[in-house]
Amino acid sequence: MRIRRHPILSFKREKEVNFTFNGKPIKAFEGETIAAALHAEGIKVLSESKRNHRPRGFFCAIGNCASCLMKVDGIPNVKTCITRVRDGMVVISQHGRGDPGDIL
Amino acid sequence: MEGETQVISCDVIVIGAGPAGLMAALRAGEAGAGVLLIDREPFTGGQLVKQTHRFFGSKHQYAGTRGFDIAVRITEKIECLKNVKILLEATALGYYEDGVLTVLHEGRMLKFKGKAIVVATGAHERFLPFENNDLPGVYGAGAVQTLMNVYGVLPAKRILMVGAGNIGLIVSYQLVQAGVEVAAIIEAAPRIGGYLVHASKVRRLGVPIMTGYTIKRALGKECVRGAIICKIDENWNPVEGTEIKIEVDAVCLAVGLSSLCELLWQAEVPMVYIPELGGHVPLRNEDMETPVERIYVAGDAAGIEEATSAMLEGELAGINAVSKLGYSVEDYANKRGKILSDLKNLRSGPVGEKIRAGLARLRTLRNGNL
Repeated sequence: MRIRRHPILSFKREKEVNFTFNGKPIKAFEGETIAAALHAEGIKVLSESKRNHRPRGFFCAIGNCASCLMKVDGIPNVKTCITRVRDGMVVISQHGRGDPGDIL
Repeated sequence: MEGETQVISCDVIVIGAGPAGLMAALRAGEAGAGVLLIDREPFTGGQLVKQTHRFFGSKHQYAGTRGFDIAVRITEKIECLKNVKILLEATALGYYEDGVLTVLHEGRMLKFKGKAIVVATGAHERFLPFENNDLPGVYGAGAVQTLMNVYGVLPAKRILMVGAGNIGLIVSYQLVQAGVEVAAIIEAAPRIGGYLVHASKVRRLGVPIMTGYTIKRALGKECVRGAIICKIDENWNPVEGTEIKIEVDAVCLAVGLSSLCELLWQAEVPMVYIPELGGHVPLRNEDMETPVERIYVAGDAAGIEEATSAMLEGELAGINAVSKLGYSVEDYANKRGKILSDLKNLRSGPVGEKIRAGLARLRTLRNGNL
């Protein structure tokens, strides 16, 4: 959910950006990161653990913990918490470690 | 990869555009040096952009100004300097024996070489061991701030805050401001760690602060749906029969920070373990230079403190790095003296006790080492 009214901050939400998450169209705003845009839609599960396939969301949001890795435009292991959304971006939940063979 | 990537040279590379890095780049740039300032985020300011509260301290340290405004003001000053280049969405990957810094930017690996380097990489959030701590919805306090203060996205409807230090208290206040219900702030220590002025603010909003409590387990399958908290005894062991179930859809961890110093390890800067400064920190002198010549540190990367001291350390690293390279810094001796005395003032009093102890230990270890 996006904050509508804030006592101190105002949020620039000027240009709409459209991308897909696992095939589903998502509306976001320019300047937002992939993880933030997905969160605004209530999507918290971004990835899964490699061995036990436990759900993973983001933890640090500064590109450090690697808990938010997803496949973006065919490239695996993209840190979605520091990567901005772009029009037409294809974002897919990543399974496994993202071997070079994954890049299609 | 096609062919060799060209190495781009400059006088000073500043890694990290938070409060420390911004000031280092500004001061180095003002002296006329060619400066490259990089950050992995799409914006400058580091943690400053998430700080909605007004800063304490003195006027020339931006007291009374909100953090995000400070970041904009310093960045604007830097942008006036033609000899400083800011490169965003640029992640430093590695520092090599020959002094080359590799940087990932727009899908490409770039190579840079600086005559001096200022490492102002900041800190990372500490984690806490408890059952289900890997569930989506368990966030670091910085992540919660990023989501709500930078992107305007609510992290939860109802949240449990773990840690009553300054960060836990301030972020709780910000959560309420943004419209999130803070179910409770729990703190393992027997007393509140942060300033009482911050604690009073959240108490007035009706948020309970429970000392002597820790989180035992997060509940939920796909995402956090609740949490079990319990009392701990004086030996930090859970007390049976004191469990309380709290319905929340997120858990925020504000249990401290540690320096982000991978690049310093790679550069073989001697590291020492000082808990008062957040864990492993680099050896460095009063002028922020490490024992590896021309590698400087500033801000949380040098030891966990706060934004005002980070800015001062950044200034110090900036003027010292360029004067070592032969640039003349106007009124150097006075500027240096002023920054050092400002830092001393900032660390005085009971609040600075821990930092003073940590820095004293750092000095002892440095003198033994050098």
